[in-house]
Amino acid sequence: MLFGRTLRTIALATAAATLTSGAALAQKKYDTGASDTEIKIGNIMPYSGPASAYGIIGKTEDAYFKMINDKGGINGRKINFVTYDDAYSPPKAVEQVRKLVESDEVLAVFNPLGTPSNSAIQKYLNAKKIPQLFVATGATKWNDPKNFPWTIGWQPSYQSEAQIYAKWLLKEKPDAKIAILYQNDDFGKDYLKGTKDGLGAKASSMVILEESYEVSEPSIDGHIVKIKAANPDVLLIYATPKFAAQTIKKTAELSWKPLQILTNVSISVGSVMKPAGFEASQGVLSAAYAKDSTDPQWNNDPGMKKWNEFVDKYMPGADKTDTAMVYGYGAASTLAKVLEMCGDDLTRANLMKQAASLKDFAPDTLLPGVKINTSATDFAPIAQLQMQRFKGEKWELFGEIISGDVPTE
Amino acid sequence: MELFTNQVLAGIATGAIYACMALAVVMIYQAIDHLNFAQGEMAMFSTFISWQLMQWGIPYWAAFIVTLALSFVAGIAIERILFKPLAKAPVLTNVAGFIALFAIINSSAGLIWDFTIKQYPTPFGSAPFLGSQLISTHQAGMIGVTVLLLLGLYFFFQYTRIGLAMRAAASVPESARLVGINTSWMIALGWGMATAIGAIAGMLIAPVVFLEPNMMGGVLIYGFAAAVLGGLTSPFGAVVGGFLVGIFENLAGTYIPGVGNELKLPIALALIISVLVVKPAGLFGRHIVKRV
Amino acid sequence: MSAAEDVVTEAPAVEAVPKRAMTLGTGTSLVVLAALLIAPVFVKNFIIFQMTMLLIYGLAVLALNILTGGSGQFSLGQSAFYAVGAYTTAVLMEHFNINYALTLPIAGVVCFGFGFLFGQPALRLSGVYLALATFALATAMPQLLKLNFLEHWTGGVQGLVVTKPDAPFGLPMSQDMWLYYFTLVVVIAIYIFSVNLLRSRSGRAFMAIRDNEIAASAMGVDVALYKTLAFGVSAAITGIAGSLGAIAVQFVAPDSYTITLAISLFLGMVVGGVGWLPGSIIGAAFIIFVPNMAEGISKGLSGAVFGVLLFLVIYLVPHGARQVAILGQQLAGKLRKN
Repeated sequence: MLFGRTLRTIALATAAATLTSGAALAQKKYDTGASDTEIKIGNIMPYSGPASAYGIIGKTEDAYFKMINDKGGINGRKINFVTYDDAYSPPKAVEQVRKLVESDEVLAVFNPLGTPSNSAIQKYLNAKKIPQLFVATGATKWNDPKNFPWTIGWQPSYQSEAQIYAKWLLKEKPDAKIAILYQNDDFGKDYLKGTKDGLGAKASSMVILEESYEVSEPSIDGHIVKIKAANPDVLLIYATPKFAAQTIKKTAELSWKPLQILTNVSISVGSVMKPAGFEASQGVLSAAYAKDSTDPQWNNDPGMKKWNEFVDKYMPGADKTDTAMVYGYGAASTLAKVLEMCGDDLTRANLMKQAASLKDFAPDTLLPGVKINTSATDFAPIAQLQMQRFKGEKWELFGEIISGDVPTE
Repeated sequence: MELFTNQVLAGIATGAIYACMALAVVMIYQAIDHLNFAQGEMAMFSTFISWQLMQWGIPYWAAFIVTLALSFVAGIAIERILFKPLAKAPVLTNVAGFIALFAIINSSAGLIWDFTIKQYPTPFGSAPFLGSQLISTHQAGMIGVTVLLLLGLYFFFQYTRIGLAMRAAASVPESARLVGINTSWMIALGWGMATAIGAIAGMLIAPVVFLEPNMMGGVLIYGFAAAVLGGLTSPFGAVVGGFLVGIFENLAGTYIPGVGNELKLPIALALIISVLVVKPAGLFGRHIVKRV
Repeated sequence: MSAAEDVVTEAPAVEAVPKRAMTLGTGTSLVVLAALLIAPVFVKNFIIFQMTMLLIYGLAVLALNILTGGSGQFSLGQSAFYAVGAYTTAVLMEHFNINYALTLPIAGVVCFGFGFLFGQPALRLSGVYLALATFALATAMPQLLKLNFLEHWTGGVQGLVVTKPDAPFGLPMSQDMWLYYFTLVVVIAIYIFSVNLLRSRSGRAFMAIRDNEIAASAMGVDVALYKTLAFGVSAAITGIAGSLGAIAVQFVAPDSYTITLAISLFLGMVVGGVGWLPGSIIGAAFIIFVPNMAEGISKGLSGAVFGVLLFLVIYLVPHGARQVAILGQQLAGKLRKN
């Protein structure tokens, strides 16, 4: 499965500035999907099917572009955001993306969700030279400008995050006996690989148990009982929110207190830590790159205030504890920034070039200090994370901001 | 040995979930003679209704009772409105109807309540039960409720006029009609009861797996498997089947080397199929002789 | 519960469809064929791709129709055979550089064997029990494809990318159009084979089993053999559909072949009409286009809209498209008399 979390938007303030300076210089150039009045952007999301929980990302992005359009669009052009359901099925993803490209004639495909769906459409989009921008998955393979110059990632890769945990363990608990609980899919396996790579030669002696579960299992209690029997003192939880919450709750019920490290995918206070129980969640470690919408420490943060205003106005009634909305906001604001940088040269080649020229871009929803940087050889926009520990009812950040780029093999 | 005992206990705890769902499956099978693929979703929707009632400040048990009543009525309504018109249609068309109902309920719940997981309260608490941390008081409570339901169903089908009439209506509809049983309403009643039992299952399962629109997907597969293993005609068999599936799945995951953990569901299902090959009506089901 | 045995006169699960009613007349067939041949010339590549998928799913629904409509056995596990076919092609093409066209018969043979073997335990099961067994197979398949020791071949959770073939002999047509015609030829060949199969001795044996197993065996039909044979043939055709699907989509992954696919194929069969082979293509159209329509009506409630549309269809025509065809035939007959 897929994803991570959040970011967002300073783009608007700077928009006015570039409009006046940039417009006069460049001659207007367009590819299919762009014109004087409109930029057509395509997207696929699992609005139905097993991953429908992520559909809210597409809805957030749609709402975000409505907000942009209400404010006059980007460089005077409105965003026409066309989003289709792929039901988390690769064949359907291919069908919908071909529809976007060949029938709707979009300029680019933005933030398509899921490793399987993106793998299915990558070859097609690259052959057609259509940007596959800011994909919503943390696989490492999206950072491969040499072989796939039309595909670029967005969130930190799962492997780089796992390496951060591994390095932290090597430093802080070199004698740890580690058990790893992971989801048996691309997401879980990437974390597993990252952890082992990070531990290096010590992996075989430190990792005493690797336990996988399937998403189709209703409850993973049996796995926890088995892990406890192996008696590890560190438990790495590479699970999606529901299973992460079950794990934290079950370990507490067993009165078992290993050091628990949790994937960034499942750090939502509202939809993981609270259902698992705040008492059970004390001391859990993780890493973050975005702010948590339910964390009171961001109540007075200007970026999160903007996010709150956006949600109140454009998505009334939405559940604010859903981290997917912070994610969608961040991804959409990155696209807005890139489109604005394109000025009047809205060709696909320039769009890709601008996407690979982001310098210290800091959307509203990213943690202070985490910035987006890309270059012709670096297609991993967000590469920084900060460790955090759960205390009371919120996450407490600690340590430096760590950069965790993993080169593509 | 300790691991073995622990896995068996944990299997019983998870098995209680399957047993609960399997009872609902048997109930509907008794009434309509096939499986309802939308049953898990109906249970999920009932659970959301009870959750919503509690959000509005209604105490647990009041919400529990109101949800049961609503589910019972809703079950009857669904049968009357959606499936009665299909009574004369082929069986496979009815199955397509269940799939349609599944899609409608799942999608509506997602729209109304979102897909983020929700905490669901338990009336039994979640302290260790009798000193064992493997079975919490909630799980013990769940097993208790399942057994009570089982006894209730047994008496209902065995000794009450209406229960007997219902069985007759499902297994030999023509003869049942001849002795004056209103078979059409018996089916509706079966839907109502199955929906209410499903609601109980949902409300007991939710504290363990958390409440969300897709929570019953996996549970229903296990519920079917448990009911089929125990015998679709036997509520007792369904409950035993549930516990067996829970225990076996855990043991397979722990002791079969190599692929055991990755393939515990397929292995459990393969075992069930082997049992069926030997005993086609399940462990406790009645053997049905077909007349040519 | 009592130990007494219940004696039940069981209505056949699948209605008897006379073998002639399982196909189209010659005139209609030619019109459909002509439409299928000419259409791609006038439409965009994307539409050609959709038409290719339509043929592929149509083929998979046809395979289920032979199993259920022909021999009366019910399967919710067709996605497993489809996956095996798709992976066979993907692995042969990508690891052994075997020509795509040659992988189809291999996939067919592999799936025939797989289906035939699966048919053995399935022999003793019927009705809901068979449904559960096939359902189990469909649930297990993605997990089997993910297994570690197969990962070298299958690509594990990441799947495999498949190269799309160019038109041969320098024919001036796009990859999509070539693949469409290639698929069309395969589908027509299999359709003709299926029609003949059902009209043959084996087909009559299938239908005898479907209508009454005990009577069939009394007449000397080897029930076990023909039931497993039906499974094998159905699996083989489904596997070839899977192969074509892998080439058209250019990608295989465990997530492509979940239980959802098996359920879709089942719905396709019901909507097209159980036992009516030409209905397969109509059923396939339903499972491809109706979800898109539902999404167009409401994004948040697309599942619900799909469910409502499905209900409408089964209320109006509980016997699927076959019912419409029969009505049409009767109407035409009346007009001719006048």
